[in-house]
Amino acid sequence: MLRTPWSRIGEILTSETALTALRLSLIVATTAAAISFILGFPLAWVLVRTTFPGKTFVRAVVILPLVMPPVVAGVGLLAAFGRRSGLIGSWLYEWFGIQLTFTTAAAVLAATFVSFPLAVLALEAGLRGLDARLEDAASTLGASRWYVLRRVTLPLMGPQIAAALVLSWARALGEFGATITFAGNLQGRTQTLPLAVFEQLQTDTDAAFAVSMLLILLAFAVILSLRGRFLR
Amino acid sequence: MTLAVDVTATRGVFEVRAAFEAEAGQTIALLGPNGSGKSTLVSTIAGLLPPTEGRITLDDTVLDDAENDLHLPPERRPIGVFFQDLLLFPHLSATENVAFPLRARGVPKPEARLRAAELLKRLGLVKRAGARPRELSGGEAQRVALARALVVEPELLLLDEPLSALDVGARLRVRELIRDELASFSGVRIIVTHDPVEASILAERLVLLEDGHVSQTGTPEEIRAGPRSRYAADLVGVNSFRGVLERLEVGAGLLVTGEGDIVAPWPEGFEGGEVIGLLRPADVTLSLELPDGSARNVVQGRVTSISVEGERARVRIASAPPLVAEVTLASVQRLGLRDGVVTWASFKAVEVEILPA
Repeated sequence: MLRTPWSRIGEILTSETALTALRLSLIVATTAAAISFILGFPLAWVLVRTTFPGKTFVRAVVILPLVMPPVVAGVGLLAAFGRRSGLIGSWLYEWFGIQLTFTTAAAVLAATFVSFPLAVLALEAGLRGLDARLEDAASTLGASRWYVLRRVTLPLMGPQIAAALVLSWARALGEFGATITFAGNLQGRTQTLPLAVFEQLQTDTDAAFAVSMLLILLAFAVILSLRGRFLR
Repeated sequence: MTLAVDVTATRGVFEVRAAFEAEAGQTIALLGPNGSGKSTLVSTIAGLLPPTEGRITLDDTVLDDAENDLHLPPERRPIGVFFQDLLLFPHLSATENVAFPLRARGVPKPEARLRAAELLKRLGLVKRAGARPRELSGGEAQRVALARALVVEPELLLLDEPLSALDVGARLRVRELIRDELASFSGVRIIVTHDPVEASILAERLVLLEDGHVSQTGTPEEIRAGPRSRYAADLVGVNSFRGVLERLEVGAGLLVTGEGDIVAPWPEGFEGGEVIGLLRPADVTLSLELPDGSARNVVQGRVTSISVEGERARVRIASAPPLVAEVTLASVQRLGLRDGVVTWASFKAVEVEILPA
């Protein structure tokens, strides 16, 4: 707080670098949260409602990105999607000419990778707390599976869905290690706010403090918006 | 219209085998103690638990046919289910709950809400239409659940323990309401209960379920006249002994049960074999001294419970075999009967009615 250059703050935060990074950060985090939810919900459903051999293993793999250093996650993503050496990446490049690294899509992928476990955990908790017999009751009342999902399951999971979205969004917003390793630090394409802070720290320390302050405020707003729903 | 059930359903290691039919315009009660398989059977008929064997049909509509791998999913069955714990949707108002089955079938929202509101009005819930389930009293919630099961005018109404969650006062009121609604419902009506009073008031025919199988079906009168198991006998308040009748002398036999033997009449033309002996509790005489009379059956045992109904008391005795005696309250006081007191019980052989097992 004390090191924040309040006199220059307006100028710094409206600078080209900061605005571009902010816009990119919001796009990346929102997309990552949306993907985490869309892919996380079916996965959480399978983990809660079905039994299959190796379920414990699958859950461990899903949670792994949460506990491993993000930079390692970035290395892992490079190994998979890198243009030259990546298992999938080289194939994508040779056949379709698609290069993921150093694109916004790579930043999204990195952010999704680390925020996905949080979404799955929150959605799993929500599904576990749901009385599945309400869904049974709905189906005896003539509701198709899709209608049950839309009118019973999802509404009853409202708070946990909000928690899943907000937590994964916040995690994606703060993502640094995996992004800089896998997507690089290109202004306007992969330079999100945390990357901008890192770069500015070496050139304009004041600017780094100002942008950091912005991130702290965003994080604080997120926690307030949850109103203790997830931490209760 | 006829519902024909002949299935085996399995939940975990528990297996239920049941066969019975239910006609439209008639109320059938599935009656059985807890753990007899009632809820499993409800789930199967509702389509939530496919049977492992057998068929369920509603006239020409096949709901389940395990041999041919046919299973109509619950949402496509013309069945309204009322669940024991109601399962009202907590996030929807009373009106929205009742409108849910209509909306699920594609009825436009305004029409669905109108029809739901009309039904709630008929059930005296106009003022509670906007309330969430947790704001409703037990009796109100019960009525909302009933309305939700009835709103699409199903061909079969399945009520699972509709009164168990209520206190005594509300139970009587809701029971009357359910009786009225059942009377005006023209489809097949099935009520599941563990309460014999509820069953005999609400249903015309009983299907007794014990340990996962149907032990007896019939009208309450038929079951009263000839209960075929200890449970059925308990329900209608008589003693029953199942065992093998062995020839003792002319006109009399020894009914050998696993829990003690009794002397009973030998039915004319009977060839011997397994039978059920019935004995009315009022025919059992209690005394503190060894009785010295004409009764052929004299047993001794400790009193395990005494329940008073008006001027009569039903005394349960842990004798061999165990007995229930019905005596006057005055006798209970005169003999000083209470739990733990050892008493003699006697009854004449001719009072035992022998039925083929």
